[in-house]
Amino acid sequence: MQEMSIGTFLWTTLGAFLTLCIFSFLYRDNPFYKLAEHLVVGVSAGYFVIILWHNGLQPNLFNRLNDGNFYLLWLNSAAPWYMIPALLGVMMWTRFSRKWSWISRWPIAMYMGIAAGVAVPLEMKNRVNLQIYSAMTDIDWGNFFGGSLINSASGLSQLIIFLGTIAALFYFFFSKEHTGVFKGLARFGIWILMVGFGASFGYTVMGRISLFVQRIQYVGDWTKVAWSGISGTYTLVWFITFGIFALLAVYEFIQFMARRKKEA
Amino acid sequence: MKFKMLLALILLCFVSAVSGFGQSAEEIMALPDSMAMAPPAPPSNVRGVDTDNDHGHSITLTWETSPDDGAGLNNVIGYKVFRAESPDGPFIERALIPSGGTGHIDVGAKEKDANDYLPDHVGFYYKVRAITADSLIYAESEVFGPVQSYGQWFNTGRVPVLVFVIFFLFVTLFFIQKAKGGANLFVRRLAGIEAVDEAIGRATEMGKPILYVLGLGTAADIATIASYTILGRVAKKVAEYQTGLIVPCYDPIVMTVAQETVKASYMDAGRPDAYYEDMVYFVTQSQFAYVAAVNGTMLRERPATNIYMGKFYAESLILAETGALAGSIQISGTDEIAQIPFFVVACDYTLIGEELYAASAYLGREPLLLGSLKAQDYAKAAAIIIAIIGFITMNFGIEAFKHLFYVSN
Repeated sequence: MQEMSIGTFLWTTLGAFLTLCIFSFLYRDNPFYKLAEHLVVGVSAGYFVIILWHNGLQPNLFNRLNDGNFYLLWLNSAAPWYMIPALLGVMMWTRFSRKWSWISRWPIAMYMGIAAGVAVPLEMKNRVNLQIYSAMTDIDWGNFFGGSLINSASGLSQLIIFLGTIAALFYFFFSKEHTGVFKGLARFGIWILMVGFGASFGYTVMGRISLFVQRIQYVGDWTKVAWSGISGTYTLVWFITFGIFALLAVYEFIQFMARRKKEA
Repeated sequence: MKFKMLLALILLCFVSAVSGFGQSAEEIMALPDSMAMAPPAPPSNVRGVDTDNDHGHSITLTWETSPDDGAGLNNVIGYKVFRAESPDGPFIERALIPSGGTGHIDVGAKEKDANDYLPDHVGFYYKVRAITADSLIYAESEVFGPVQSYGQWFNTGRVPVLVFVIFFLFVTLFFIQKAKGGANLFVRRLAGIEAVDEAIGRATEMGKPILYVLGLGTAADIATIASYTILGRVAKKVAEYQTGLIVPCYDPIVMTVAQETVKASYMDAGRPDAYYEDMVYFVTQSQFAYVAAVNGTMLRERPATNIYMGKFYAESLILAETGALAGSIQISGTDEIAQIPFFVVACDYTLIGEELYAASAYLGREPLLLGSLKAQDYAKAAAIIIAIIGFITMNFGIEAFKHLFYVSN
């Protein structure tokens, strides 16, 4: 077993403890889970404030307002127009006042307007134009069966993909009732979609299981280190950790008994 | 015999020494003997132009390969592209292209403080070096330049996108006008949307709140924008029925817009007094911390109904599973294709992709939204017709029709 410093061991122990706290959610909501939940929410909120400062405000605003030789009042900037987004940002702070909170709608409106304007051509390109272009397939008639049905290069697969695309589009007609031939096409479309969803589901679940295995391995490794510590260097750390777990388990048991008594 | 061999050896050394006399080190190295490789012929006709249809900061280079690339001496293994601000250098290496390559797009950063900043409207000089397996043996092209990069206002490669947007715009305006004129625009029944009203009623009867999750999208994502409309409708009903509403937000801007939406709905319902800002609150911008917090809320508050509408990622299954565990009725909708399967599995009703956009029109029944929904259907019909024509023409060997719809980056 690789020798571990006391600091690393403590952090690893904390990691294993928090992992188990989160897993305890599978049993039910409990103080362990609450502790881990509040810790991760608080830490992440603080972390993202710093990220926003260093990756957002500082390079994109403050550095740009202090990067040139154009002087506007106290600003030393070659791009003083960056004051406009700065001002819009400040306007968002008016939300803290009931009287002036209406001002914050201006930057929101501007943000939404610009974002929608940027999104429209992008969505049209990515979700409409490119899809239509790709749908116009030249079927490989010479290799129609391609050895197997799941060979995506075979002509049959290409034909299924094309027909599936068209049928799926039929499903998404909202201003026409799905009856007659239309119903058949729409139903074929939703089948195609469900087959796709099923494949996607299976694929992702496999990924999630590998994540779970990774966490279990982490806890397993920690257990080995902790166990070796009973007779080794980390006896005290091990007993403190065990003591915390034991105390929390006793607390949860008392709560459980109290609940049962109340329910009875 | 030994003497003859010694004499031949001395003679050979003498000939070698005399033949190399007066030549430079490079020339000696270029000799085609076992000790040195011959330098290849340089690439020729190096040309550079501003890259078309971009925002600038990029120069497209072309050249003709060395005659010794794949033929002749056949010792060229690649090309190195060099750039300088002066024809005399110093040249900096910009790219390594494998043998056979005849071009490179030199894309630089647009930020002044970036390492590979490539300013617009500044003349640059390029040369291309044919390299061999021996790093000391190479051949360079003539220096080409100056060439400048600059941005274009109009991307000609995206004309089909413009045509589609204009077509869609006119169809939308037409149907909006028609809807405003009182035309009855039919919208088929969507089970997932009709379930929203039922779910609100259930929550009211149970005396439990409704949890509305807007997802992880930004305020500008189309799915989030559609979700605001549904939230507005839900909040109005909630205000009328005096049920509780919980809206935990991932993005602060989304939270701000959601607060405004809910507030407006409470005012529309004539219950501004019942609105309080904390019903829409910010949690954190960390994906799984947000999930942990929302999961905790589900199990503590035990909402009667969970509505997930917007953009979701890996958290979708965790949220929906926890909601199912808490015994809530769940309605979801997202345009994130990869997440729809999880919602389908764990929720009672799921709005698939575009159904989410249709939901807002279906619920609101406003001419503006109904008109746009009708226009979407016509755009889909146009897309189907174009795809079928393109498919048929392609399979008859006519590619021109397909190329009409080619969109470049």
